[in-house]
Amino acid sequence: MAQAHAAAKGGHGHHDHGHHDLESMKTFGFWLFLITDCILFGTLFATYIVLRGNTNGGPTPEELFQMPMILAETFILLTSSFTSGLAVLAMHQGKVKQLIGWLIVTALLGASFIGLEIYEFVHMVHEGATISTSAFLSGFFALVGTHGLHVSLGLVWMIGLMIQLRRRGITPVTKRKVEVLSLYWHFLDVVWIFVLTVVYLMGVM
Amino acid sequence: MAQQHHGDSASHDASHGSLKSYVIGFLLSIVLTIIPVAAVMNHMLEGKPLLILILAMAILQFAVQLVFFMHLKEGENARWNIMALILGMIILLTIVAGSIWIMTYNQVAH
Repeated sequence: MAQAHAAAKGGHGHHDHGHHDLESMKTFGFWLFLITDCILFGTLFATYIVLRGNTNGGPTPEELFQMPMILAETFILLTSSFTSGLAVLAMHQGKVKQLIGWLIVTALLGASFIGLEIYEFVHMVHEGATISTSAFLSGFFALVGTHGLHVSLGLVWMIGLMIQLRRRGITPVTKRKVEVLSLYWHFLDVVWIFVLTVVYLMGVM
Repeated sequence: MAQQHHGDSASHDASHGSLKSYVIGFLLSIVLTIIPVAAVMNHMLEGKPLLILILAMAILQFAVQLVFFMHLKEGENARWNIMALILGMIILLTIVAGSIWIMTYNQVAH
């Protein structure tokens, strides 16, 4: 009897492990995606660095960048990276409501980041600094715009995941999805730190 | 049995970080953001030293995010993640450093 119980338990454990392996392979696949995305951003950074001196008589970085707003964007994104971590933590404690709550906080912070960025872009275009003004601005809008697009896609993804979490709760599949989304969000935070350093800080120093 | 289960879930949680590690990571990332910003805004350094300082802070920040938030060193695939990341970083550095070098020093067109 005890043996049968042990065997059943062992079998169950094995099955669990097999399923878990598949999910962790998917997480690894997402790591590979993030690394290719790193290379995409790397080429955009290289383009920007090469082109940033060529302002074609148009506005220079010092004239354009408004540091207080950039710093607000930075701290909003840093905080949202932290709250997405708290969401993963709540998930591992099995608290669905807390998990969705932290995801909502993260999404709101992400949305305010995008809002500030759109305001910044509109302001720049009003001052005559469009993507076709100079090589510097082409590089700038391509790099910062691609990051903004990633954050916007992350927001759509997060809203979809929240709906799924409400319907299905925490399952091995939704668990992996939350983990992968949180990896994506931390990754965007890392890219932004390099945008802040290479574009904004090096632009005004 | 219940105790063993509890032990299991605790070790499982540990591989995904704890509240403490997230708070430490968050505080470190804030400090590592404030240092370069303060250095640039208050003109504490000039030229190359300033450039090296802000780039070093960005790279440290990258490491903090990887270790404290993305749990690079934990989990079953940790070694694969690290290997893939190193490969990616080599390609990335080649693209960025190679582009800057060739566009800065080898401008035949001028």
